[in-house]
Amino acid sequence: MNTYAVQCAGVTKRYGDVVAVDAVDLTVQVGEMLSIVGPSGSGKTTTLRLIAGFEAVDAGEIALRGSAVSNRKTHVPPERRSVGIVFQEHALFPHRTVGENVAFGLHKLRSDEREMRLRDSLELVRLTHLQDRYPHELSGGEQQRVALARALAPNPAVLLLDEPFSNLDADLRARIRGEVRTILADSGVTVVFVTHDQDDALFMGDRIAIINGGRIEQAGTPEQVFHEPNTRFAAGFMGVADFLPAEYVDGKVDTELGVFSVSGEGSGTCEVMTRPDDIELVRSEDGDARVLSRTFQGISDLYLVELPSGTVVRAQRPHHERFQPGERVAVAAAPHFTPRCFALEDGTLIS
Amino acid sequence: MIATGQSPLADPAREHLPRRGRQDFSRPPPAIIVGPAVLVGLAMLLPIAYLVLRSAGATTEAWELLFRLRTLQILGNTTLLVVVVTGTSIVLAVPIAWLTTKSDLPYRRVWSVLTAMPLVVPTYVGAFLFVSVLGPRGVLQQMFEPLGVERLPDIYGLPGAALVLVLLSYPYILLTVRGALRGLDPALEETARTLGHGRLSTLYRVTLPQLRPAVISGALLVALYTLSDFGAVSLMRYPTFTWVIYQQYETAFDRSIAGVLSLALVGMALAIVLLDAYTRGRVRYHRSGSGASRRTEVVPLGRWKWPALAFVGAVVVLALGIPASVLMHWLVRGVLAGEPLLLLWNATVNSLVVSGGAAVVAAACSIPVAVMVVRYPGKLSGAIERMSFTGFALPGIVVALALVFFAVNYARPVYQTAWLLVFAYVVLFLPAALGATRAALLKVSPSLEDAARGLGRGPMQTMASVTTPLIAPGIVMGAALVFLIAMKELPATLILGPLGFRTLATAVWSASSEAFFAQAAAPALLLIVISSLPMAYLVTRDFEASSSGGGDAL
Repeated sequence: MNTYAVQCAGVTKRYGDVVAVDAVDLTVQVGEMLSIVGPSGSGKTTTLRLIAGFEAVDAGEIALRGSAVSNRKTHVPPERRSVGIVFQEHALFPHRTVGENVAFGLHKLRSDEREMRLRDSLELVRLTHLQDRYPHELSGGEQQRVALARALAPNPAVLLLDEPFSNLDADLRARIRGEVRTILADSGVTVVFVTHDQDDALFMGDRIAIINGGRIEQAGTPEQVFHEPNTRFAAGFMGVADFLPAEYVDGKVDTELGVFSVSGEGSGTCEVMTRPDDIELVRSEDGDARVLSRTFQGISDLYLVELPSGTVVRAQRPHHERFQPGERVAVAAAPHFTPRCFALEDGTLIS
Repeated sequence: MIATGQSPLADPAREHLPRRGRQDFSRPPPAIIVGPAVLVGLAMLLPIAYLVLRSAGATTEAWELLFRLRTLQILGNTTLLVVVVTGTSIVLAVPIAWLTTKSDLPYRRVWSVLTAMPLVVPTYVGAFLFVSVLGPRGVLQQMFEPLGVERLPDIYGLPGAALVLVLLSYPYILLTVRGALRGLDPALEETARTLGHGRLSTLYRVTLPQLRPAVISGALLVALYTLSDFGAVSLMRYPTFTWVIYQQYETAFDRSIAGVLSLALVGMALAIVLLDAYTRGRVRYHRSGSGASRRTEVVPLGRWKWPALAFVGAVVVLALGIPASVLMHWLVRGVLAGEPLLLLWNATVNSLVVSGGAAVVAAACSIPVAVMVVRYPGKLSGAIERMSFTGFALPGIVVALALVFFAVNYARPVYQTAWLLVFAYVVLFLPAALGATRAALLKVSPSLEDAARGLGRGPMQTMASVTTPLIAPGIVMGAALVFLIAMKELPATLILGPLGFRTLATAVWSASSEAFFAQAAAPALLLIVISSLPMAYLVTRDFEASSSGGGDAL
């Protein structure tokens, strides 16, 4: 029997008239890492707090390791759910040493067992030597690892991470993200990770759920959500995307970049997504597009290009193809380009 | 009466506010700052320094007296009072703080205001009101007389003094703890829950330990307040240091006895401050990072709702309801008996003038010291800061006595003038002004001043056109605070006021010490209306801001 570590079915949470979480369905397999990513106010943190049991659901059901913990009738309190949580600010108990923090969730064990688990947890995050320090005596990265060790020590059914990297600066962030990923992979724990940052989400998640306005827009592997977005929001939120106005009729879609064949029936207007690497530029005196600006990015350059209709798209080109602002160019779609068309009204995928 | 309205911000030793001063030691502070700052620091040190010097030359009898049994008794009485008042206040204040911030107590906001209100009642007012109700033949006895109650048990002595001081000073702890509870990161409690600890276990293992520094700060204020209290102990006839010193000063021929006893009192104050520093220890408490304060979970009281309501209600009735209604009772009796109002007018003007003078001087003195401390941190400014805060721990009666001795010997012309009284107020209450000015200055980023310098303004022009306008509200706030506290000051006013000089505070005290309660009611009410109500507003705001902002300040 395949039990999920976490299973949310139709989970809904309202605050007054505001629906913070709207009929969310999510599953996380044992040992899997799921990233929930969305802009602020999208309901991602509320979803996490519902799973942890800090909030009660208004509708739907949450099950952990196959047993229901939240629905209209039951609400298992956080202390009996076996969830671990790591907050953005770490929330280390300032009046307890590192060792006491990590052992805090082991109070129900026999003392020899507790000692063993404490030792193992500290070894996992390589902080054994700091066991007797107080939290304020540690660096930010060390605090993060203590928070992880503390949450992992009781061996939770699922570990919840709430924006754990968002107050780190760029350099530290990349390093700590890698460390955390390794620690989590080593421990084999099931993880639900919440972030507003798509890079973090792509890096950490085996699967990614994109949430917006309390609803899951799309869930899938990083490749799926990046290259095959199901909604215009998902396309725009994960990575850089531009949208070209287009007409489609009988399996053809007509854009400023040319006509492409697509699946799907009917006819009408839509928007076609392009990523910067979908656009090729050719220097041409009678090209009908114009380079507006160039941003130097090292290995490649990012251009803003104005199409004849006035639509502006971004194009990423290798550094040896150099164009100057004001130059006229011809624009074409790269050979690998497969258009994805979204309905104008609600941004849903047409083909 | 020190510590009145002193926020925890006022103690330099306990503060870890980021010093955004220039760490540039190659740029020494200008003389126009250093000079006045040093002068202020030395002036603040004058009373205590002189007291020490003078006592060294005290008569042998005076020194012998210090080691007599009687002195040990006073020491015992004082210690007992401080311990009882502080302990009871903690027991009262911590649950009330928790109930009014974290639980679903009905009408929580109303209780939250009411429970802090007793702060507005000066102890001599509270004491005379309680004596007049609970005294052996007080109002309560009269109510029970038809039932054959001839006399009530004595409330004079420790029970009466402790009752009054607890009820009027527990709000200090309440406010610091409440601030800490509000500033507590909800993630800490949530994390504890996910680690398998229930609500109760989380309360004991996570929430309460976090409150320790706030409890200690509040307890320090209560202990110093009790130690220096003169009003309650004198009216309740409980011989502690302050009352005995006053009696010695008024009656004994050898004034150096009072001086020696004062020194012992200072020793106790010092011991309390040191004990406070010692209890803080190595553990630091703070919210890591400023993180958005999420709304904290409200804990449902369930079947504890009614007992909790009864508890909070009883405290409010005792500390606020009874004093207020008794005050009204005496006021009406006084008006009916035709108490002369002219005396009242005279006393009010005197109160306003000396307190106003002290407010202006203290605010002016606070500026160079604050600039020195915030912008030019170093050994010298640290020393000046410490000297300026001596008034924080010095009982009013000690400062007053020291100044009497000093003036009699070296400054005859100011002896028996209001100037000396104003000076005493400044020594005692400068910390309040300094706290406000310094807090305002800390909020002005030095880069604003640097920007003005970069735009071609000199240091003095920058001070005048950029810094001063920005810190003006803080200076005014400090002056207001000093004004309001000084209005209520009793022992220094009694000792230093020129002959026949009456203020509202001394009017209340002298009438009630002779049991003319109806005569005391009108000045008492006036005092509360003019000084205490606005002060309660300022202090509450200050406390809660400083406690919930950075937990570090506590």
